Amino acid sequence: MLKTRICGIKLENPTVLASGIMGVTGASLCFVSENGAGAVTTKSIGLEERKGHPAPVVLEWENGLINAVGLSSPGIEEGVEELKAAVEKSKSPVIASIFAPTTKQFGEVARQVSKAKPAMIEANISCPNVEAEFGKPFATDQKAAAGVTKIVKKNSKVPVIVKLSPNVPNIKIIAQAVEKAGADSICAVNTVGPGMVIDIKTGKPLLANKAGGLSGPAIRPVAVRCVYDIYESVKIPIIGTGGVTYGKDAVEMIMAGALAVGVGSAVHYRGIDVFRKVCNEIIEFMEKEGYSKLKDFRGIAHE
Amino acid sequence: MSECSCTESKKLEKPLVLKIEKIVDEAKDFKTFIFRHRLNAKPGQFVMLWIPRVDEKPFSVTYQDKERFALTIFKVGPFTQKLFEMKEGDKVGIRGPYGNHFKLEGKNVVLVGGGCGTAPLGFLADEMKKIKADVNFIVGAKSKPYLLYLHRMKKSGVKTFVTTDDGSFGVKGFTTELLKTFIEKNRLDKVFACGPEVMLKHVVEMCLKAGIPCEVSMERYMKCGFGVCGQCCVDNSGVRVCKEGPVFSAKKIKKIAEFGKYKRSASGKKVKL
Repeated sequence: MLKTRICGIKLENPTVLASGIMGVTGASLCFVSENGAGAVTTKSIGLEERKGHPAPVVLEWENGLINAVGLSSPGIEEGVEELKAAVEKSKSPVIASIFAPTTKQFGEVARQVSKAKPAMIEANISCPNVEAEFGKPFATDQKAAAGVTKIVKKNSKVPVIVKLSPNVPNIKIIAQAVEKAGADSICAVNTVGPGMVIDIKTGKPLLANKAGGLSGPAIRPVAVRCVYDIYESVKIPIIGTGGVTYGKDAVEMIMAGALAVGVGSAVHYRGIDVFRKVCNEIIEFMEKEGYSKLKDFRGIAHE
Repeated sequence: MSECSCTESKKLEKPLVLKIEKIVDEAKDFKTFIFRHRLNAKPGQFVMLWIPRVDEKPFSVTYQDKERFALTIFKVGPFTQKLFEMKEGDKVGIRGPYGNHFKLEGKNVVLVGGGCGTAPLGFLADEMKKIKADVNFIVGAKSKPYLLYLHRMKKSGVKTFVTTDDGSFGVKGFTTELLKTFIEKNRLDKVFACGPEVMLKHVVEMCLKAGIPCEVSMERYMKCGFGVCGQCCVDNSGVRVCKEGPVFSAKKIKKIAEFGKYKRSASGKKVKL
């Protein structure tokens, strides 16, 4: 009932572990897969070893999470090793998320991770937490976004997903630019903001990085609108990500036009088996409403 | 304090800023930081301690009563160095308690603490005394000045047995050697341990062989503390030390392939133990 196919890759269900959550090690990704995820995405892999920002790097606030992990990564060799472990043992397809500070390096990382044979590669061009080091995210400029897409595509043998930022005035233009540059799919969206939470007793921002990307329930309407806009402007499939916590949220994403649905912060709200829970809730909804396939209600918000 | 401090406190997901009520010199390079807050932690659980503009690290709860809790902390690096410079009345952030906990069971039990691993077992010893268990606490340290809680345990009726690496106090040698004698001479219901992983590995092997239920607390690099960042996931099961752990039964820990072998650093890179 929930089976779907994205860029030729079969998924048992539309839930996809979003990058950055439970994705540091191969074993961790397998643990998530065993808990029902239709596909799993690694934490973004880069060339160099990076410790990331000092802690706190992620906290809960009233309506979601705020994070600035700062793209910690064990470096390309160990990153590829963890990816290999995941690809070998995971029940569901593994998506390799990659990041780099330059377009050229994106090509190199794509080439290296390809060796581990992931089902897909996701180019993370939208991390909002490394601007001090890396400059404006590639996803905020259509030319830069297209440039990275092209080079990643050229260095990959598998379908390429480009992860977009919601923090742009017109996401349609960016979506069209990456589609034209050869992207096979779009993941929308990365975290919102960045935002800031200040502790009023000490008068200091809570995150060590001060600002951080917002995720969780609060950003869902933003994510849904982005998916809706992208669906109207491109033909490639969309992984709708942002605040999906319950089956009803996944249904909403699919109605906006998503083919698959990213789940991340909800691991905190509902536990590691959130994937199974969301799937059961989608089935419940479908049975109640008389839908037999996801396709029956995909994009109906546009009709 | 306001009335609401008497009610059950909710788990803190955002740091609650608290004054350090008291600082006690516990042993060489060990200080105990006491806070006035009803934490409702269970033995084995930990909190994340935030020093604004510095960093945030996990620490096991080492003492708790109805109004207070305490963290006995060993000076190991820049973060604890900073913490040791703080004074009574200074403010830090606390969130938690996080993780699972030791199961309070058994009539005749042995606690094995190695080095700073002794700290969380102090809280466990208190709670085991409350359920009227016969508590034997093997405390190991490299030398006499580093020994923890001997006075505190004596006061609460816990029998302590000391080992030091250099023989400057108690028996010269390792905690596991004493545990071996205990296992041979007594009928034990349960063994609890916390300390260096080599020690834990021995404890686990000995208990499995003797058929004694055993729980150990292990340590991994943590960032979020509440099960989302994936930094503390262990091979090959992928379970989270901050969520499914830090306390594991001997049987469960045998399934953790990296136990006693390696851990991961802040970047995720493997580091040999």
